[in-house]
Amino acid sequence: MQGFKLAFNYLRIGIMNEFQYRANLYIQILQTFIALATGLIGLNLVFNQVNELGGWGKADLLAVMGVFTITGGIIRSAIQPNMERLMDEIREGTLDYILTKPADAQLLASVREYRLWQNTDVIIGTIVLIVAMSQLGWRVDFWSSLGFTSTLVMGAIMVYCFWLVITSAAFWFVRVHEIANLFEGLYAAGRWPVDIYPNWLRYGLTFLVPVAFAVTVPASALTGRLSLQSWLGALALTAVLATITRVIWRLGLRNYSGASA
Amino acid sequence: MKRYFDFYTSMMRVSVLEQWQYPIANYFYMIGMLAEPVIYMVVWSAVAEQQGGSVGGYTPGSLAAYYIVWTLVRQMNIAFTPYGWEWRIRQGRLSMSLLRPMHPLHEDVAFFAGWKVVMIILWIPLALVLSLIFKPDLNPTLLDGVIFFVAIWMAYLIRTVTLSLLGMVTFWTTRVSALFELYFAAELILSGRLVPLSLMPDWVQRAAWFFPFRWAFGYPIEVLVGNMSVNDLFIGLGMQFVWVFFGAVFVSQIWKIAIRRFSAVGG
Repeated sequence: MQGFKLAFNYLRIGIMNEFQYRANLYIQILQTFIALATGLIGLNLVFNQVNELGGWGKADLLAVMGVFTITGGIIRSAIQPNMERLMDEIREGTLDYILTKPADAQLLASVREYRLWQNTDVIIGTIVLIVAMSQLGWRVDFWSSLGFTSTLVMGAIMVYCFWLVITSAAFWFVRVHEIANLFEGLYAAGRWPVDIYPNWLRYGLTFLVPVAFAVTVPASALTGRLSLQSWLGALALTAVLATITRVIWRLGLRNYSGASA
Repeated sequence: MKRYFDFYTSMMRVSVLEQWQYPIANYFYMIGMLAEPVIYMVVWSAVAEQQGGSVGGYTPGSLAAYYIVWTLVRQMNIAFTPYGWEWRIRQGRLSMSLLRPMHPLHEDVAFFAGWKVVMIILWIPLALVLSLIFKPDLNPTLLDGVIFFVAIWMAYLIRTVTLSLLGMVTFWTTRVSALFELYFAAELILSGRLVPLSLMPDWVQRAAWFFPFRWAFGYPIEVLVGNMSVNDLFIGLGMQFVWVFFGAVFVSQIWKIAIRRFSAVGG
């Protein structure tokens, strides 16, 4: 309970901070629209040639793009800024300031930054998703929307875990920014459903980097492709990943020596 | 002339030595840039296969060749970013370079050229691994190879010139990121980076002729991968030369006007 209150307070501060820089909103809107336009152009180029790709039609892929944009917005507003700050603090030794506070350090490290304007991606992604669903004739029922929401949350948790594991690597290896760059490149693979990739890449995007769970699985839920088994699999994997992340974080903290703060 | 030659050789040597110290960081940087072409390659190979083996004249094998060469040309396209110009001008960093008895652009050109040497060496093993996985269909002639080698360096110069022009806008206004974003989006579509230009609608292909983007990106790749006639090969090289020459003239003229507006704040 205390934790929620703390997270909420940080969220409030983050939002207030963002309101100081309102011009950034316009730049963010422009960026979102450029990304949307290039995504649509890519999609159109493909569908000028074929009617479906790996069993996914044009409207299905539009739905994937919507989810991709939404999840990307969540990552860039709430997950990535925190992790980047954490990376710097581990390197510089200023993590001390968190560790001396009387709250769980992992929680504190994960809620301090919030980029409100990045949520334009979430809004535009939702609009794209709505357009896609109407093109598909609104074949969504209670179960598929529940499946969508739950897998989206699980996907976000898995991406968070993945980021925290990478960031924790900074406890041992000092320079990890390049690895973080790698994630951004790989996340772009989520624009397309992972089914179209060759096997080795598909497994990588499912279990090494949870792009499949963050984008393809929620989109599958909405387009009626998700089975109960995969949903349970996602749930189990989320739990396992969250536990492993916690363990790695603890090990990392023990390794932290707060060199120079 | 000798003065420039000496400057370029020593600056490039410094840059090679400097970058060679961080092979791992440079590798991660390159691997991070691999995801993009691999995604395009896989998507378009899937399209080609569904169409019975080829799309816009490209088979999965030649698409693989296109996007593997793409990774090298992408490296050659790295020049001093316009965001760096923004930083340099806003923070007054330019003051230092202005004190030297040589145009500050030479330093950028030489530094990145040296870095390219390291990048090309590091790229070779990556290209071999990619070739083993994706089995590219690539059989260039000797002439293709020679022109390609010239074309990638010309591509680097075109990109240096255009990015410098873009960066110099910062002399007039410091709110430039919107302009930069639009520029990069146009580049993505019109250069052959997103897809080979032959997969684009006709009017886009025709429009691409008049922008610098394809000469700095798509053209060098097509030299090696496509079946261009000798005539077309040299027309492309000519276009590259035109862009570099007039671009450089333009940069130096704008520079003369722009530098009067520069008021160093610190640095």
